[in-house]
Amino acid sequence: MSDILRVRGLKKYYTVMAGLIPRPQGEIKAVDGVSLSIAEREVLGLVGESGCGKSTVGKAIMRLEEPTAGEIIIDGQDVIRLNKRELRQMRGKVQMVFQDPDASLDPRMTVGGSIEEALIVQGMSDAAERMERVGGLLDKVGLEAGFAELYPHEFSGGQKQRIGIARALAMDPKLVIADEPVSALDVSVQAQILNLLMDIRDRDGLAYLFISHDLSVVRYISDRVAVMYLGKLMELADKKEFFSNPLHPYTEALLSAVVRLHPGGRERILLSGDVPSPLNPPSGCRFHTRCHRAMPICPLQEPEFKEVSPGHFTACHLYG
Amino acid sequence: MSSAILEVENLNTWFYTRRGIVKAVNGMNYSLYAGECLCLVGESGCGKSVSALSLLRLFDSPPGKIVQGRVLYNGTDLVACSPDRLRAVRGKDIAMVFQNAQSALNPVFTVGDQMMEQIKAHDGLDRNDVLTKAKMLLEEMRIPGAARALKMYPHQMSGGMKQRAMIAMSLSCDPKILIADEPTTSVDVTIRAQIMHILKDLKARRNMSIIFITHDLSLVSEIGDRAAVVYAGKVVETATVTNIMNNPSHPYTSGLISCLPDISSGMKRLPSIPGNTPNPLNMPAGCPFHPRCSKAMEICRRVEPGLVHIADDHTVACHLYGPGAGGSR
Repeated sequence: MSDILRVRGLKKYYTVMAGLIPRPQGEIKAVDGVSLSIAEREVLGLVGESGCGKSTVGKAIMRLEEPTAGEIIIDGQDVIRLNKRELRQMRGKVQMVFQDPDASLDPRMTVGGSIEEALIVQGMSDAAERMERVGGLLDKVGLEAGFAELYPHEFSGGQKQRIGIARALAMDPKLVIADEPVSALDVSVQAQILNLLMDIRDRDGLAYLFISHDLSVVRYISDRVAVMYLGKLMELADKKEFFSNPLHPYTEALLSAVVRLHPGGRERILLSGDVPSPLNPPSGCRFHTRCHRAMPICPLQEPEFKEVSPGHFTACHLYG
Repeated sequence: MSSAILEVENLNTWFYTRRGIVKAVNGMNYSLYAGECLCLVGESGCGKSVSALSLLRLFDSPPGKIVQGRVLYNGTDLVACSPDRLRAVRGKDIAMVFQNAQSALNPVFTVGDQMMEQIKAHDGLDRNDVLTKAKMLLEEMRIPGAARALKMYPHQMSGGMKQRAMIAMSLSCDPKILIADEPTTSVDVTIRAQIMHILKDLKARRNMSIIFITHDLSLVSEIGDRAAVVYAGKVVETATVTNIMNNPSHPYTSGLISCLPDISSGMKRLPSIPGNTPNPLNMPAGCPFHPRCSKAMEICRRVEPGLVHIADDHTVACHLYGPGAGGSR
């Protein structure tokens, strides 16, 4: 199986300007050296708290945010070197589904128009052919073809998210970056959308980068899981290994923070405090200020992200 | 069980909009007992928040209006009592924590000022005592550097800190009842764990009653003693949390429970509830859940089921259990 996406040392820094005459005050290292890969037909779950940089990773892969450094290889092509025209072609292979279906659909365009636009960009010139394709896409996501005539406000949240998915599929992408696609939905609808995403993967052989803060959702949908904290990967492993044998203390804490329907006897690890400011991340290991297993070395030296057992990576001094 | 300290009887809160009447709360019944945590569970738009706002008449009127019903607290009907009487109860006896701490706090006053305003309004303490009390409350919420936090403006605090400051504020007059409306929806999982821990702790130490409003059933099993499942402005099932989780009787309740991805199981496919929540302007006839219900019968399309007792402290509104049920229990 070959990799559809390979990311090496991805960095995205934002310069913070302040003052009457704005001057650079520092840098926010939103993504600070992330490396990961996704194989064809694979679902990689990317988990972390808000502000950890997980959405920025998704946007940087699409080059919706220009990366500061790093290498992004999609289907053998280095995305960062592409010119505008090549980039447009590349974006046919990678599509995105956003969190808020309200904000990602144009309220003044029929949903058919929104989906059709993607086909026009891709160069499908025959209008009748386009309409047929729009109908087929709506059908694929469980909506009636007749809905193409309606406007976004006439749909419920779950239906709008289905339309967002149909639009992403219009290009026959090989990889879909789904950025919190179900977190704005009610639980009963969330299950419908998760099932739909899985059906589409099975039928069309897609790969997903599934960005979420919800570990139970990630467990349901992913093949492998990566955890991010303050711009860096903390752990990456096969799903089974990740949930049965979490290594990084941050992962442990995240897993224990998940509330269960039928709570077991496990002692909950309560993290103290909040996520530190990314403008001024802690020295050494970024997690040491909240870590329940911090050692003297942790504030001094940054742990390396390395393979501890086959396919299981973590960045923690406990496993030096 | 001890007697109820709050009883909601046939509460109807309707909103008169240009497009028609939205019956957000449409005949809601529940009781809250001393020292317990009652969870109101339901999806967005089901009326759980409006029902809580109705207790203290905190919604905009017009368009909203309580058309019918009673809210009995300590022998007083909060629906019928004078605005002055209600003001004495608000914040003092019954306090509220809102979902979005960002918009519930005033951005141009420090957190300390906002806390002290409330304490002064109800307690009549002098400035020094008020200050000490505010600081103690923040410490109780485990906000580090409480004295410094009092001088902070809301934007200087993180989301979790703001939410905790808001809980501290709601506790400032030692309320008997705390209404927490989705207090953890806008915060991260690790912060959510902290806040849930604080709430559980408070309930135990202050013997406070909590009405916890949420759409997340896993939080219910974490904090609740009893739960009321709300659909289309009505309670469709009430029971102890253990009963709700292990023996859900309404098809909507069992649907809600089974569609949650559980982290401890490696399920292949999630069961889901088909369709969407009904349009409040155009409610289905009969049982409002029947278009989405897998067990719908002929009678469900015509007659709306009432709440019936099926066991001790377990009531459900479904024709499967009614006296005239087709025997298919």
